[in-house]
Amino acid sequence: MGGLLYNVFIDPFMQMGSAPDLLLQVLWEGFVSGTLYALIALGFVLIFKASGVFNFAQGIMVVFGALSLVGLIALGVPAILAIVMCIGIMAALAYSVEKLVLRPLVNQEPIILFMATIGLNFFLIGLGELVFGGEPKVMPTEQLGLPTGSWDFDVLGGLVIIQQLDVAAAAVACTLVAGLAIFFNKTRIGRALRAVADDHQAALSVGISLNQIWRIVWFSAGIVALATGIMWGARSDVSFALSIVALKALPVLILGGFTSIPGAIVGGLIIGFGEKIAEFYWGPLVGGSIESWFPYFLALIFLLFRPQGLFGEKIIDRV
Amino acid sequence: MSAAEQLAPASRELLLNIENVSLSFGGVKAIRDVSFDVRKGEIRAIIGPNGAGKTSMLNVINGFYHPQEGTITYRGESRRDMRPHIAATQGIARTFQNVALFRGMTTLDNIMTGRTLKMKTGLFWHLFRWGPAETEELEHREQVERIIDFLEIQAIRKTPVGRLPYGLQKRVELGRALAMEPELLLLDEPMAGMNLEEKEDMSRFILDVSSQFGTTIALIEHDMGVVMDLSDRVVVLDYGQKIADGTPDEVKSNQDVIDAYLGVAH
Amino acid sequence: MLYREAGQFKTTYRADQAVFPIRQDFIGIIAILAVLFVVVPLTFNDFWLKSIMIPTLIFALAAIGLNLLTGYAGQLSLGTGGFMGVGAYACYKLATIFPDVNILIHIFLSGFFAAGVGFIFGLPSLRIKGFYLAVATLASQFFLEWAFGRIAWLYNYNDSGAIEVPTRTLFGVPITSATAAPVTQYLIVLAIVVLLTWVASNLVRGRFGRAWMAVRDMDIAAELIGIRLLPTKLMAFAISSYYAGVAGALMVFMWLGAAEVESFDINVSFQLLFMVIIGGLGSLLGCFLGAAFIWNLPIFLRAVPEMFGTHVNAATVEHIQFMIVGGLIVFFLIVEPNGLARMWAVAKEKLRRWPFPY
Repeated sequence: MGGLLYNVFIDPFMQMGSAPDLLLQVLWEGFVSGTLYALIALGFVLIFKASGVFNFAQGIMVVFGALSLVGLIALGVPAILAIVMCIGIMAALAYSVEKLVLRPLVNQEPIILFMATIGLNFFLIGLGELVFGGEPKVMPTEQLGLPTGSWDFDVLGGLVIIQQLDVAAAAVACTLVAGLAIFFNKTRIGRALRAVADDHQAALSVGISLNQIWRIVWFSAGIVALATGIMWGARSDVSFALSIVALKALPVLILGGFTSIPGAIVGGLIIGFGEKIAEFYWGPLVGGSIESWFPYFLALIFLLFRPQGLFGEKIIDRV
Repeated sequence: MSAAEQLAPASRELLLNIENVSLSFGGVKAIRDVSFDVRKGEIRAIIGPNGAGKTSMLNVINGFYHPQEGTITYRGESRRDMRPHIAATQGIARTFQNVALFRGMTTLDNIMTGRTLKMKTGLFWHLFRWGPAETEELEHREQVERIIDFLEIQAIRKTPVGRLPYGLQKRVELGRALAMEPELLLLDEPMAGMNLEEKEDMSRFILDVSSQFGTTIALIEHDMGVVMDLSDRVVVLDYGQKIADGTPDEVKSNQDVIDAYLGVAH
Repeated sequence: MLYREAGQFKTTYRADQAVFPIRQDFIGIIAILAVLFVVVPLTFNDFWLKSIMIPTLIFALAAIGLNLLTGYAGQLSLGTGGFMGVGAYACYKLATIFPDVNILIHIFLSGFFAAGVGFIFGLPSLRIKGFYLAVATLASQFFLEWAFGRIAWLYNYNDSGAIEVPTRTLFGVPITSATAAPVTQYLIVLAIVVLLTWVASNLVRGRFGRAWMAVRDMDIAAELIGIRLLPTKLMAFAISSYYAGVAGALMVFMWLGAAEVESFDINVSFQLLFMVIIGGLGSLLGCFLGAAFIWNLPIFLRAVPEMFGTHVNAATVEHIQFMIVGGLIVFFLIVEPNGLARMWAVAKEKLRRWPFPY
């Protein structure tokens, strides 16, 4: 019993203290995963804020975007043109989703819309596999001009390896977030978006077109998904297994709150750090691979104390 | 006519006593130091302009909101705040301003849910719907059918309530509250959005409930004509404070009440 | 006059509250049961029993479990596959630890293990609802998947990491593993599914079912009429998981014969959710319709091109199947959010009035 307590409560911290370079490396890994979770969560938040739709298909949109890019480049399309075409594909997707799924389901219960996005999720998986094939693919980083090298740092007597690609991913994430923040706060469409988020009917009554707003948010979520897909695909393979990993954006949302962009970022980082540290230091005690469920438990424990999330508004029930 | 009916309302036995209750949400004070009582068998109206804290008051009484100050004495038992299920077990039933029915269920099932607290058979019997479970279901079905007859809603027994017009929904909601056989019935704007005919029906039901079952009723209503005709005593709230309390005639001639309704600068 | 209730007067509330208050429905269900218990075993070959009838029934049972929780009690769950797994692994452990006890008893007992696990994972429903709860159930799904793969004791330290069903008999006839005749297994599954469906229909018609629906439709009002939210939700979680657990045990012991983690992964949970949505939330009949539809759609899709003499490879069929199922879900939600069962009810309503439009 004493040994168990030691293994759980003392030993992991001893390890952290005795090898700070390893700890740093683990934290960096956590930061990188966290950035990617945050990006996926960002897509969720965009759509949820503007339409109240909990878009289960966000993860598959990431895969779909990455697959289209890989597929187009494999066909010999130059990288720049391929990216432009992918943005076009995302726009077409946003347009069709709005027209074929959201518009007929307007005024339905949120749960119905949620299930519709699960249907959309499966449709996109099938379509993607049919067009591009089911096997994992490699993101052509060179053609896209993404850095592939790594920087090695001597830290506290050890070596910390930082992939340049990860740094690029973090930079892209920051740019996206900053861009979205400006878009939301400074432009006319951004104001309309926030109005729609507050109250659909009130927004309609002052002449804001819901359909147009929905197309815009789904398109921006598509762009975020494409960027995420490129960065993620460059780190590992582009495959549909990503869509299960993408579900980890859900605990991120719980931590951050469903409607908060800063929440998505902070939540993503907490989950990223949390799962890597838990996996590395506590995982071996129970046989490893606890990454697959740890984020959900973290979110669950968090929920019990703060159901509205870190940045969410307090929920007051009214009768 | 019950014995209670013949006594003057103010001298009947005390059922519910609200003392110095204050409730606030964050910085907003919804109720400030309000005291009043409800006596057995009477129809007590709570009136006041919009935002006066009437619905909040009902929410405090049946334990949905918890006041920061004051005491609530119900059937001789004092407490700072109620809990919803304790309120329900002690015989406080309630209808809502915006109908709170179970929309996916039929009228019959909605009213049957009102019998929940009276039903005791365990899960085992219900798995097989056998023995005590079935007997109990049938007994309560009979009770519920009596309420359905009373409210004249036989024809919509098996209709999902989501499909009913608003006036009927209000009636079903009253039925669900009655199924609890409450001692104290709280009605939050029972006649909101009704036409004259529906209002007359509802008034008749409320008076019948009071005289046939002896249920004590506290109601919020905006239609002054209805309030003055139905209620034994009226309490008037404005900006979360009590500004008058008394019989309809007393309240009607109270200068503060007239000011609150006609609008005098505060 | 085929389907008319006119002239069938009910003189007692008991008759009015029967499972099938309309006489034609009652006759219809007797006929269906007769076909399922007598005609099917006599006429269907092993392929039909093994690849269509048995899995459809088992998935329908699991779908009933999910529907009790999501359709009746309004608690969205994405973890049914995991609970099926708990039942399957529990049954496997029971069957290997107590080899002398009849396997059918183990199957019914294994549901209680799933119920216990469901109860624990239902605890967060005290504080959270809707999408948040859905995420909580994902926690159970991924944790259970991990546990099935990592805890070697659960699969008796097999090298393969899979559980393999030992042969067990009933009255001397083998009913599990490859030695059992599909027709025996079919009859056992059918009997269990019919029994548990009847129990579910009793539950949802009584006070527990009403409490679940009340919590689903408006939890605040339910609380104010004296329904305790947490016990009501937890009971829904436990009973729902019991059904899933028994379905999981049946799946391994009466159908697959062996199973590993992938048999209970998140895709199974989704598949069950689809069965419930397409069949109809809050309808027991819908569970059967939805299970039959979702399970048999790929079989149908594979069979169609072969009828025309062309061969389409399995991968393509799978991709098309994903697209069709996904598209159909959206389609169903648009035209009839209440699913196949609702369509059936509307058809009956029309038939009642036929030949008059109103």
